[in-house]
Parts: sequence; C-alpha cells; structure tokens
Amino acid sequence: MTWSRRCLLGLEELGREEIEAVLETAESMKEILGRPIKKVPALRGLAVLTLFYEPSTRTRVSFELAARYLSADTVSVAAATSSAVKGETLADAARNLERMGVDAIVLRHPAAGAPHLLARCVSAAVINAGDGMHEHPTQGLLDLYTIRERKGRVAGLKVAIVGDIRHSRVARSDAWGLAKLGAEVRLAGPPTLLPDAAELQGFPPGVKRFTHLEEALAGADVVIALRLQKERQEAGLIPSLAEYARWWGINRRRLALAAPDVVLLHPGPVNRGVEVDSDVLERPEAVVLDQVENGVAVRMAVLYLVLGGGG
Amino acid sequence: MAGRRLVLRGGRVIDPARGLDEVCDLVAEDGRVAAVGRGLGPTAPPGPSGPAAAWRADDGTLVIEAAGMLVVPGLVDLHAHLRTPGQEWKEDLASGTAAAAAGGYTTVCCMPNTDPPLDSGAVVEWVRRRAEAEGLARVLPVGCVSRGRQGRELAEIGELAAAGAVALSDDGAPVRDAGLMRRALEYARAFGLPVSAHEEEESLAAGGVIHLGSVSAALGLRGQPAEAEAVMVARDVLLAGWTGGHLHVAHVSSAAAVEIIRQAKARGVRVTAEVTPHHLVLTHEAVRGGGVAGAPGYDANAKCNPPLRTEEDRLALLEGLRDGTIDAVATDHAPHAREDKEVEFERAAFGIVGVETALGLVLTEVVGRGHLSLAAAVERLTAGPARAFGLRAGSLAPGAAADVTVIDPGREWVVDPAAFRSKGRNTPFAGWRLRGRAVLTLLEGRATHAEEPYRGRLPEPFRHPLYINA
Repeated sequence: MTWSRRCLLGLEELGREEIEAVLETAESMKEILGRPIKKVPALRGLAVLTLFYEPSTRTRVSFELAARYLSADTVSVAAATSSAVKGETLADAARNLERMGVDAIVLRHPAAGAPHLLARCVSAAVINAGDGMHEHPTQGLLDLYTIRERKGRVAGLKVAIVGDIRHSRVARSDAWGLAKLGAEVRLAGPPTLLPDAAELQGFPPGVKRFTHLEEALAGADVVIALRLQKERQEAGLIPSLAEYARWWGINRRRLALAAPDVVLLHPGPVNRGVEVDSDVLERPEAVVLDQVENGVAVRMAVLYLVLGGGG
Repeated sequence: MAGRRLVLRGGRVIDPARGLDEVCDLVAEDGRVAAVGRGLGPTAPPGPSGPAAAWRADDGTLVIEAAGMLVVPGLVDLHAHLRTPGQEWKEDLASGTAAAAAGGYTTVCCMPNTDPPLDSGAVVEWVRRRAEAEGLARVLPVGCVSRGRQGRELAEIGELAAAGAVALSDDGAPVRDAGLMRRALEYARAFGLPVSAHEEEESLAAGGVIHLGSVSAALGLRGQPAEAEAVMVARDVLLAGWTGGHLHVAHVSSAAAVEIIRQAKARGVRVTAEVTPHHLVLTHEAVRGGGVAGAPGYDANAKCNPPLRTEEDRLALLEGLRDGTIDAVATDHAPHAREDKEVEFERAAFGIVGVETALGLVLTEVVGRGHLSLAAAVERLTAGPARAFGLRAGSLAPGAAADVTVIDPGREWVVDPAAFRSKGRNTPFAGWRLRGRAVLTLLEGRATHAEEPYRGRLPEPFRHPLYINA
C-alpha cells in the first residue's frame, strides 16, 4: 500500500500510485455496497465530522453514508447552525471540535485553501469536500473511478471537460487526476470562463484549451460537462444562458462528434437545457447516477486510507 | 570639550549623496555630522587585546571602532504603516519605530490609512509630536489625498503641509477618480508635496487576492492582473505630465509598470517610484509555501497588495532599481495581528512586516546575488528615498543630522519573527538565513539600536533616552 497521508486536500499533490491506491481500495468498497448487509467494522470507534460551510446535500450524505458503512460514528455541522455566525474563526472552531474526539474532519468551504488551513491547525485527518474554486478531490477520484469502470483504463483517453473551467473546483481535480493517470485533457468553454495563457500554466502540463466546443469533442472518449453557475451571467462573464447553451451546451448532435462509445459525466446537480440537453441525459452514454454510487465507494476508500486503514 | 562628540573610526563610509565610498572616520558633534575624513579620531589606548568596540577618550569623545563595518546614512523608509492612531494593537509608534531602528532605519514616513485617517493638520501634528515623545526614529507623516480617504474631495493639503506632512497618499486604496487625481497633483505641487499613489484599477483587480496567473489558477484564488496596476500608472503619469505635479508610484510590482515609469522619466515627467523588498525577492509562488505533505500552503504571510507577481516581473523590478527607474526601496511595513492572518486566505489581511528584514534582504538577495552594487543599494535605501520626497535625510554631509547606520556586512542571522520588535509577526521570510545586519543605529548621534559588538557599550549621553538596551 502506498498511502501515507493524514489528509486529502487535493489531487495536484498526489502521485499516480496514490491515486491508484484509492481507486483500488474503492473497488473493494463497492463490493461491500453490493452486499445485503452493507456494513463492515473497519472504522469502528472512530468519529467523522462533516463540517459544511456551503449548502450541499449530495456530497454530505455521500460522506456520511460512507463513514457509517465503515462503522464510524458521524456528526454533521452546517455553517448556519455553527459558531461561524458568532464570529469564531474556522481554526478555533476546528480546534474545539477536535478536542471532542473527532478523528477526521470532512470540510466543505467556500474559501480556497480552508482545508489546508485546517490541516495545519489540527492533528485530525482532514478531507477536502470542495474548497472554493480550488479542488474537489473526491469528485475527481469518483470521476476517475467511473471512467475506469466504463473504459477499463484512463491512460491514453481523450477527455473533454466542458463549461466554466475557470471557477470550477471539479475541473481542477479532474484535470489533475486525469493528467496523472495519463489521459489527454481538453478544456472547452467560453473564453471568459477558460483559463488564459498564463493561468493555463497552473494546470497540468499538456492540458489544452478550446473555445470551439466541436474541436474539443472531436474523437473524445469522455466528456465531462460542468455545472454552469447562474452567477456567471450576473457577473457579466457570459451574455446569457441561452447563448451559452447554443454555443457550449452538450446536445446529441455535438455528442455525435465524440468517439462512438463516448461516456458523458456530470458532477451534478444538472441545469437541464443549459450545459446538457435533457434527452442526452437519458441516453446510455450518460453515467451520472453511476458517478453518485461510485462516490460513496470512493469516499469509503478515502476515509479508510486517511484513518490509517491502509497502514 | 564640546557636548556630545563621537567618532566612528575606520569603517567603510558610503555616502551616496556625495559619491563617497572609502575607509575613513566620521565625527559627529551634538547630533550633527562634523567631519568625514581620515585620521580624525583619537588613537586607541594601548591594551592587551586591542581597543574595545567603543571607548571614551580622555576628552570625553566616544570612539566607536568600525573597522570591517559599513558606515552609511540612517536608512529612510518612504512607506510604513505604523497603525497609529486607531489600530495600536497591530503597531504603535513606540513598537514601530523600535522595529525600524533595529532594522537600521532612522527616518520613517508613516502612511495615513489610520483611524481617524491623517487627513487633517491636527492629526498629522499629533502623530509627529507623539512620535517625538515615544519614538526611536524620525517619523514623517504622509497625509491623505482626499478627505477621509473617501476619494471624493481633496483633503486640506495646505494644512497637512504646514503640519509637517511630507507627501500625500490614499494608500491602501487607489485614487479612483481621474479628475480628483488631476486636482491633487495640481494642488499639491504648490506645496511641494508628491502624491504617492497606490495604483490599482479596481474593475480589473476584481477583488483578486493574489496575482492573476498560474498560481491563482492552480489554487483557485481570485487573481488581479498586472494590468490592473499598469493602466493606473499609465493614467497617472499622463496626469503628472499634464499638471506638472509630482507623482510617486508606491510599491511598484509589475514589469509593465516599470516600463511605463521608465518612459515617463525619459520624457521628463516628474515621477518617482519605490519597490518593496518582498517584491524584489519573492514571486507569487510564495503563496504555495507552508503546506503539509506537498499540498499548497496558502501562506497568508505572502498575501500583500499589490500582490507578489511572476519571476519576469521580479527581474524587471530589479532592473528598474538598478537603472534608476525605481528611486527607492520602501518597506510597505504592514503589521497585522495573528487573527488577521490565521484565517481563510481570501479573508486574510493584506500586508507584510518589513522594517526589520529589509536591509538583510537587500544585502543578501539583491546585492549578494549580483543584481545591484553595494553602493547603489545603499543609495536606494538612503539618498534615493530622501531625494524622492525631498527629505533632509539620507546624507552624511557635514552639517547633516548624525543619522548613521553601522552595518556588519558579514553578520549571518536567521529571521525569527518572535524576536521582532514590531508587534507584527506577519512575514514570509521566517527562517530565512540572511547576511548583513544593522549592528548600530544612531539618530542624531544617539543610539536607537545596538547589538554585538556595541551592545552595552554606549553610555549616556550617546544613547537615546528611550532606548534602554544600549
């Protein structure tokens, strides 16, 4: 086993072997999910805290179920009910919660780097469940898992990530994970939502950007459509959602440009008719619900590894 | 004998204002430089182990043995936030000037973004008097450009000048309104004051917390592009050229801005500029520092405004400093409390403490790496800034105030924020090994800072009454 980290903060700093260790562990976890009694005692006696400073149902539930399937105790804190409203700093809040015996903190936070701050302030394991525009490493891992499950491999695949790359933590984690496993990564979207030439230097080497969606989709084995935040239009980065859908929305005609056995992913929740046409989501290429299921297995694997199961 | 007489003997005296760089003696009497030349001091008394580092001659003269040391004008900082009045928990005049003295500074221009801001003659005068009473350095306030730093109407610039303000600035924020900047340059000219401009076009900076580029993209942080600074510098040099006013560009950070200033100077526009040690030494990569297990650290101590930029920008700043496009190294000393920095990066306060590390960084990372000659570096820390603001400081000419900094160029030391005299510990240089340090700082001929080999050897009346460790 090649895992020795206390924290999972991002995929940028992981090596290929570490990513593969998570994916392999997740395979065993997925097997557990298929059992009639889906519970193992691996993390019995350990406490996992989900600390969410942003609204999220899917990711929080996915982490909590993952922890419970491994027999950990879970407790959930949401920002609206937390001491954040009383002015306590994140660092102080985490130090306090840690002293209550929490072994792992799963943090979702609107500020990039918040889990990194936490990792310096506490000795508990810290798992990044999405930090601002930075990374969402378990989403990246579950996307890799889903791609590998469908395609049998990641290396050599052509993967188009489409949408608001600049503001997307999913795009960053996907790009790092895919690049480390040897895929060809293409970023596509409106120029105002893509990294510029200087910013692109902050993405993995070899990643290319496309402002014409058709070029990015040509021959693609995998298409990952990102959620378009409505705020981007309000901020003046795109003229309208309709214009976005017309030029950068994924529809049947465009998807036909990709490889015949293309797989379509979306991190959810989907704005139907904006980034993806409704009918495309009903097609067999779309694996959105597989992603959700695999998310639980991947999060079980991550919890298991950071809490020492791999050692 | 005449009152207080001291001789700094046998040091390498560098006085860039006069083009002097030679091993000789410097005599100060009653707080003024009396003479610089050879063979001015009394001969050391014979002793078994040579003369002490400082000793009293029979006539009462204090002889400071400075062989192997650099003897330079007291350093001049055009840009420090002393946080007084209103934020004394971050810094006060006593701690800020003690820190400055420890860093070799004798003159500090303090910025007016205080609470209340330094936008009236009364507040400027209050700061000056308070600093005289409790400070270990000469504090020269910078007044506001606009009333309340609101960017709407001119502050009472005449009153500020009369009260002793040496420049005008709304630093911390740009002067957004071009019309107001025009009037400020025009009006300040009548009082001989430069307008020190924080250059940032906010619609381009767009709330960016670091430089827009590879690091902001990788870390998912909002970035501000170099163009946010450069377009504002371009606007203001045009306004300075038009009005004949004196524009001083504060903390230049980008290659594009350096080039605009260079061209403006060539056209004869009255523009001066400063750069901070951190912009000369670090790039935006510093924000990655301090992380665990290879992950980015989001080091809030590397968060400043303007932000640290790219290596290309850094090299352009060094070249601008070398060729004189940039007149001065200024610290932008910006102390903050721990809780201002130990928060999510985007919420952390902007700023880096500077007065205690500036000299060591310049000697080690700028001179030591061959970017600038020692004499030029001393110029950019003394005569250069003094000339930019028209200050009577930064010179060792006979008759000038005996503000002198003695530097041990070989002294190796490690930056330890816990040992700072500043209340601020916010530095990205903690643990850096530097070479070269002020070992004696004299303000009008009295020690405001002394360490080995001079610590404990400066008797009354050769130490400043507020300096208890001499």
